[in-house]
Amino acid sequence: MSAENQPGKMEESAKPVNAPDDDGIHPEPPRHAIDMDSITGGREERRIENEDITLEVSNLNLFYGEKQALHGVNMKIPRKRATAFIGPSGCGKSTLLRCFNRMNDLVDVCRIEGHIRIDGDDLYDRSVDVTEMRRRIGMVFQKPNPFPKSIYENVCYGLRIQGINKKRVLDERVEWALKGAALWNEVKDRLDDSAFGLSGGQQQRLVIARCIAVEPEVLLLDEPCSALDPISTLKVEELINELKEQFTIIIVTHNMQQAARVSDYTAYMYMGKLIEFGATNQLFTNPREKHTEDYITGRYG
Amino acid sequence: MNKESHADHISQQFNSEMEELRTHFLAMGGLVEKQVGDALEALLDANSDLAAQVMKSDAKTNDMEMKIDEECRQIVARRQPAASDLRIVMSLVKAVTDLERCGDEAVKIARQAEMLAQEGTSPRGYRECRHIGNHVRKMLYDALDSFARMDVETALEVIGEEAAVDEEYNGAMRQLMTHMMEDSRAITRVLNILWVVRALERIGDHSRNIAEFVIYMVEGKDLRHNSVEEIRRRVER
Repeated sequence: MSAENQPGKMEESAKPVNAPDDDGIHPEPPRHAIDMDSITGGREERRIENEDITLEVSNLNLFYGEKQALHGVNMKIPRKRATAFIGPSGCGKSTLLRCFNRMNDLVDVCRIEGHIRIDGDDLYDRSVDVTEMRRRIGMVFQKPNPFPKSIYENVCYGLRIQGINKKRVLDERVEWALKGAALWNEVKDRLDDSAFGLSGGQQQRLVIARCIAVEPEVLLLDEPCSALDPISTLKVEELINELKEQFTIIIVTHNMQQAARVSDYTAYMYMGKLIEFGATNQLFTNPREKHTEDYITGRYG
Repeated sequence: MNKESHADHISQQFNSEMEELRTHFLAMGGLVEKQVGDALEALLDANSDLAAQVMKSDAKTNDMEMKIDEECRQIVARRQPAASDLRIVMSLVKAVTDLERCGDEAVKIARQAEMLAQEGTSPRGYRECRHIGNHVRKMLYDALDSFARMDVETALEVIGEEAAVDEEYNGAMRQLMTHMMEDSRAITRVLNILWVVRALERIGDHSRNIAEFVIYMVEGKDLRHNSVEEIRRRVER
């Protein structure tokens, strides 16, 4: 008689070893008799409680004049992970992203309450040197915005601002950044050509190279693929996967599948409120909030 | 999540695809239920025509299984479903296999029914068959019903019933062994009955699997390989 013939026995053996009896605390996920790490390659389930936090947003309210664009946002962004912001147009996700390197300072009528801290330091403190802060927190926009300079000069722009002018150092950093942005092989023989000669996808990766050349801690990506074709999009997504080994990445995207593909954590926003924030694995298969469910399954309307 | 939740996507086309998938699964379920019922009736009434019909209808369930699989593949490829939609599609891909296996078990019963009918009637062991048969038919019905209504409570009942069927199965085994010991000339026939009882027990297992998928669809919790008490506790949490 085969084992499946005796369900009673099966249940017993399926029970985790040393499971506590009836105390209400059950190990989750269950301990497996076989070494699951050898199968999953050691990729355990991500949980925000176990992460090292880089950015912390607390009670953030943002107003454009009379209109409130962000309502009491609280969130913790984990270090060296990709975090995606999704939500319908006008939900505040780009506004929130811009808060992370004070892009909203440029908007006169913009007013902010609450705190954003990077490694405990308040981003909006008077003493903060905004230029230095933006070196730590770099940003890439929807449309690639290379400068009207050579590829080489584009990448070392930030370094020259920092006063680095040694040719040997610059060469090294440019190569490193272009390799990091998966662009080196395509441009290494024409570094002195104008950046405008590159394709849209290459330009976007060039902008990312320019951004990482100054070795920021956080990389903010605002719809980085919306102007790119599917192949370039996949290259940028692949790049995000590699860059998060070194940097904390926050990406705003309208493409939910993209958020599902690249991110470890996803935040769903609606009408200026953070509705749900959690591990991408969970959010896309079993969201906690009905509103999130409606949005990601295409029921929002 | 309620049973209508697949019907309010912005895309009407997606709505109708999900609705079709659900309808086809239930239609296949109805077919399999009929197969099981007919197979049992063929056995108990020694009706070899009905048994032949059951065996013939297997081609139909196989076709439906492949059709439903293809529909699921198309939805994944073209719609990239998420959340509850994803759970329904992924669960149905698996549940449809359980359903098809139920059909296969019905065919096995029909085959035994045909053999037994040709040899002439003998009621030994039929009582056990009828008893377990009615039990698992109810389980299969309830499992499909819980899917149709996305009803966790009914699904939990189905899961609970499986242990009862196992009890009955063990009882029937003992009974059949007694028959064999009492009359060694009847061993062949009793063995045929034993295969039927075994097939019925498997239908109970598959019904439980389907019920577990319903719980996953509704609750988003994969609670397979747990006792019914544990499943109930985790659902209520």
